[in-house]
Amino acid sequence: MRTVLALGIVKGLIAQIIGTALGMGLVIVIRLLGGRPAWEAEPIVVVGALVGAIGLLIGAGVFSDWFKWTRGEETPMRHGPPEGKPAWTRYFGVDYSHKVIGVQYTVTGILLLLVAGSLAMVFRLELAHSGIQFLDAATYNTYMSAHGIVMIASILLGVGGMANYLVPLMIGASDMAFPRLNALGYWVNVPGALLVLAGMVVGGWNTGWTGYPPLSAQAPMGVQLFFLGVYFIGLSSILGAVNLIVTTLRMRAPGMTLFRMPIFVWAMLATSIIQLTATQLIGLSFLMVVVQRLLGMGFFDPSLTNEAIILGSTPGAPVLFQHLFWFYSHPAVYVFVLPGLGIISELLPVFARKPLFGYKWIAMSSMAIALVGFLVWGHHMFVAGIESSLRVPMMFSTMLVAVPTGVKFFSWVATIWQGKLSFPTPMLFVLAAISVFLIGGLSGPPNATVSTDMFLHDTYWVVGHFHATMFGGFVFPFFAAVYYWFPKVTGRKYNETLGKLHFWLMTPGFWLQSLGQMRIGLLGMRRRIVDYDPALGIDTGQLLITIAGFVIAFSVLIMLYNLITSARSQEVAESNPWRSRSPEWQIPSPIPEESYARPVVIVGEPYDYGLPGSVYARMSPVGASGAPE
Amino acid sequence: MSAITSTLEAYQQQLRSNRLGLWLFFISEAFLFGGLLAARFYLWGNSRPDLDQALGLTITAVLLISSFFMNRAETAIAHDDRKTFLESLLVTAILGVIFLIGVVGFEWSGHIKPWHGAYGAVLYGMTGMHALHVLSGIIFILIVWNNGRKGHYSGERHWGVEACAIYWHYVDLVWVFFYPALYLIGTVVH
Repeated sequence: MRTVLALGIVKGLIAQIIGTALGMGLVIVIRLLGGRPAWEAEPIVVVGALVGAIGLLIGAGVFSDWFKWTRGEETPMRHGPPEGKPAWTRYFGVDYSHKVIGVQYTVTGILLLLVAGSLAMVFRLELAHSGIQFLDAATYNTYMSAHGIVMIASILLGVGGMANYLVPLMIGASDMAFPRLNALGYWVNVPGALLVLAGMVVGGWNTGWTGYPPLSAQAPMGVQLFFLGVYFIGLSSILGAVNLIVTTLRMRAPGMTLFRMPIFVWAMLATSIIQLTATQLIGLSFLMVVVQRLLGMGFFDPSLTNEAIILGSTPGAPVLFQHLFWFYSHPAVYVFVLPGLGIISELLPVFARKPLFGYKWIAMSSMAIALVGFLVWGHHMFVAGIESSLRVPMMFSTMLVAVPTGVKFFSWVATIWQGKLSFPTPMLFVLAAISVFLIGGLSGPPNATVSTDMFLHDTYWVVGHFHATMFGGFVFPFFAAVYYWFPKVTGRKYNETLGKLHFWLMTPGFWLQSLGQMRIGLLGMRRRIVDYDPALGIDTGQLLITIAGFVIAFSVLIMLYNLITSARSQEVAESNPWRSRSPEWQIPSPIPEESYARPVVIVGEPYDYGLPGSVYARMSPVGASGAPE
Repeated sequence: MSAITSTLEAYQQQLRSNRLGLWLFFISEAFLFGGLLAARFYLWGNSRPDLDQALGLTITAVLLISSFFMNRAETAIAHDDRKTFLESLLVTAILGVIFLIGVVGFEWSGHIKPWHGAYGAVLYGMTGMHALHVLSGIIFILIVWNNGRKGHYSGERHWGVEACAIYWHYVDLVWVFFYPALYLIGTVVH
């Protein structure tokens, strides 16, 4: 009991409750001093939520070292589990090891995946048949909105998990450049996710995950907690990106030039550039709606009061929100898929026993996708009253994304070509990812073309397209990565039969779901709607999509069962079961506290599989310290 | 002020990482302030509200002068001149407080309120976000001043001072863009 109460997360949650009460009390006191009635729900809840979230971080101990620094005290870096406590406790508190933080990210991400997936199961049941079954419209709207944003949080956490666990190992570094900042980067997600979920119970919200005003300016109060929660989750992206870029640029092993980095590191570098910069814009756009609701600052309010007219003021503009929002939220989909595509490129050569085809082109294509991604946001706004002069340029820039993405596809095909393929579970998921991402990719250009988008916008076609890109670009590669590195993280084998069962259920299930969504979209099904007209003739299609959705959900549960039972089993994995050349596979599993007891030296190319006598990473001789020459 | 390093070589390794990290953070923040600027031009276009020009010029001058003292403080500690270092830091903080009083105490008590259309929203949004950064800069300066008073930092090791100084200059630089966007560009419509 004592151990549990001392856990960072428990202390944090207690501090969050206290902080929330303090924040709410503060607003009430200020209101009373100003001679206003004590209670007005929205400002009190918003400030309470904000102070509570900061309280959680302080209570969990995220800031403890920095508070000491402000008093001029030195704090040596902590290594290993907390003294006198069992090793598992470090996963529930503030820990500075990137391997612990990586696992924290990944497990939290999978938990959120379950939450968001369950919400989808509920409204898929509702949609399985026309007419209202058991969800009222407001609840449907909240579930649909929460499904979207919680999935996005889940994906960002999954990306963070892979980045934090893998990148330092892959470049032969001892840890991230800023371990304390790394811990903060993970922990801000905890109050972030809690606030979004809390938004569901304080009225919910009906705006979808995009939160467009003027609807979000009038939505129930839950939308405020959704905005605040996303703000915290976005902060995690920015802090993580700073850390990852510095780590990649400054801490590579001797001999590892930029073009000798594992390809996943390139993908994460490109991802981090987007996270570092564009994330500010979604934060800003959400913050603007928060203050519009709280203080009446009419950024997005096209009406003017008499006072404002006398001052000569211009009106607010709802479309401005969409510009700011999509400036992040389109590049954000590359934040989700670039790491996944990096995983595909990383794993294919291992299972094809062949060099990765066109390494430099793959590295540069990630950068190109990231940079072109900054110029395409307007394609979300073709029917939203965007300046008409922007339409065609945005259409062309969007089409341009297909070029670097095509480079990746051709590289994958060429890498598979004449390879000595083997098909364990991770490889199966990589191949599934390629097939699904192809569906997602090919269904993209009709959305990017102004003329066709006029008809496709706001239909289930877009839902099908989007889910195919997310599953192909993130979910399938993420699962491949989970299976692939599971033996490295836990030191145990996963169950291959259950892994294959997962694959054989999820892949056809997803094809059916995604293509089905596109089909009913073309037949007239609108997105974000609780009901549809039986005259559309899509009842059967909807039922099939629901069944497919449940098959996918069931297969994910199989994976979890597999991972949990395997981690507890005694079946020890070999240290390098995939015969990988990457440095992290040359050390024991699970990886000891100090990853590389002997510094890594890079002496060759990363993906020269099948070339006799080639070496990528070498451990320097025992006793050598520092950077060997 | 790096706590984890013992040798000077390790300190300088970490110092280079710290500098890169701080500049990346500035790039990130540039998108925040850039977004606010974009909102200003999108919503105000070629017009602007009638603001107190004397006040705007005064607080801008005060902030620019504060950067001089911040630089003086950093140069002083680099030469182990603790007295000048502490004095200049205090002057910087005081000038920062004067700037804040100018924005929050005077500009915000003018005739434009936050709920007055896009004028109010953008004016309070930009000055508010910037004031928040000035406030955090002042707190940073006071922390550094307090540690400096207790004998921390030296000519060789003063990352805390350096970070504080660059941050202050950065916030100052943001105002160099905000000031004309709010006070000078565009015409006043009556």
